[in-house]
Amino acid sequence: MILSIQHLYILVGLILAVTAVMTLTDRQHPKRYTSGLFWALYALVFLVGDKLPPAVVGGGAIVMAVIAGLRGVGAGKHREPTPAAYEASARRLGNKLFMPALAIPLVTVIGTVLMSKVKIGDAFLLDPKNTTLVSLGVGCVVALALACWLTRETPMQGMRESRRLTDALGWAVVLPQMLGMLGLVFSDAGVGKAVAYITTSYINMDIRFVAVVVYVLGMALFTIIMGNGFAAFPVMTGGVGVPVLVGVYHGDPAVMAAIGMFSGYCGTLMTPMAANFNIVPAALLELPDKNAVIKVQIPTAAALLVVNIFLLYFLMFR
Amino acid sequence: MTPDIPHLWPLIGVAVIIAGFILRFNPMLVVIVTAIVTAAAAGFGPMAILTAIGNGFIKTRNLPLIILLPLAVIGLLERHGLRQHAQNWISRIKSATAGRLLIVYLAARELTAAVGLTSLGGHPQMVRPLLAPMAEGATETRYGKLPDRLRHKLRAYAAATDNVGLFFGEDIFVAFGAIVLMSTFLHEAGIDVEPLHIALWGIPTAIAAFVIHSWRLRRLDQSIAREMAGEKQAPAVPAAATPEGR
Repeated sequence: MILSIQHLYILVGLILAVTAVMTLTDRQHPKRYTSGLFWALYALVFLVGDKLPPAVVGGGAIVMAVIAGLRGVGAGKHREPTPAAYEASARRLGNKLFMPALAIPLVTVIGTVLMSKVKIGDAFLLDPKNTTLVSLGVGCVVALALACWLTRETPMQGMRESRRLTDALGWAVVLPQMLGMLGLVFSDAGVGKAVAYITTSYINMDIRFVAVVVYVLGMALFTIIMGNGFAAFPVMTGGVGVPVLVGVYHGDPAVMAAIGMFSGYCGTLMTPMAANFNIVPAALLELPDKNAVIKVQIPTAAALLVVNIFLLYFLMFR
Repeated sequence: MTPDIPHLWPLIGVAVIIAGFILRFNPMLVVIVTAIVTAAAAGFGPMAILTAIGNGFIKTRNLPLIILLPLAVIGLLERHGLRQHAQNWISRIKSATAGRLLIVYLAARELTAAVGLTSLGGHPQMVRPLLAPMAEGATETRYGKLPDRLRHKLRAYAAATDNVGLFFGEDIFVAFGAIVLMSTFLHEAGIDVEPLHIALWGIPTAIAAFVIHSWRLRRLDQSIAREMAGEKQAPAVPAAATPEGR
């Protein structure tokens, strides 16, 4: 293939390396060296991570977590335009400002839908396993070119802006990956099996409704712990869904799978473990409470779980 | 059925992570300590622990791409007034309220995700530069300057609405990864299910999600109206720094 996810890793690695260098050379930065080291290590993970021995990367990840834990990652000082300058620029450029912003999703969709099968010679144009991500990468590069042309800025200013936003996010940028790593360690260590064993052996599922409740709430609870409905599904469906709901009570497996996974998603809405959806947006929107997004989502998710219990109960045993 | 009793020691990891989040230690530290404790409880040696962490960290490098890649563009546009323009733009629509705007967005996000266009939204490229400023702008047009607390609440609702729309839309799209995962898993368990049926049986929950969340967004409008009415009668107190959170 011509454009693969490896190219995106190098691109992100370079962006992070620029961020690290800018941080290290920023004399006014309150946490210049620790922040710089943090971003430099993260840049290395993308640039050469797969060529290093895994244990070295593991050590690097631990160092990064310790820097973050000791509050070593801070934001530099960024000069922002005045409110009047923002207004003037907004008036001057008007709706044109939307164009690059909308170009990102547009190019991503075009790439995903229309270009996924395109080949040049024998090679796929876009990495067939990661079409969406690679299209997103192309979309961002196209949008950056468009934005530079529109605002008459240089790509270097884009790097400065990228650093400003990365600074605002801080270590929260790395948290989704840390949690993804933890999910893999959990499955290596057999946490899923242990949880399934506990739930199935200590709850009496002779009553059909109880079994449905256990499955729905178990999916949500397990997702809250793992941060990912995909991790919960095999465990709960293997432990309760297939043997009890289908095996004993002869329910419709398609209904079980559909509603089961959605119950897991209700869990995703309620957990800080799903950092990509809950913690990162809170940082991105500069909310003082890191759990603000979760707090807003809990009523919707809890109500939906109750609905799911009854939907599953009535639809599965038609 | 009497399944073999699996190793229960790794469950300590679950306890560690819950305790860590409740005690509000830095999440990065909580996660790494949990990983070390869990792997050690499963009988891994020091090198094996480091290797497991390293491997996991490399395999999940795709996760932050979606956040990091759009930042340069979004930052550049913000510097040139994108957020201000989004606010000005929505203020021209007189009937717009934060709740109504978010309901429309919820419907659009859920429907587009349902036909596989999951990348038409997202927090870095849609919520921060466009949706959240619009929700704030629509509210400001009606009620004037907002206290920070309300501003933050609107932003949190904007982020939550994007999540709800995405989650409950994408799973009724047949070609979505989750559907493939489910049918593959069931197939391995000896049950054959049409992926299309799994997608179709997701629709009742998807509708329920839309109804519940829209209802809450309408209540958001009502609570803003109530709050800002109170604000106008007892003004003069400038919005102090929010006490909640850290």
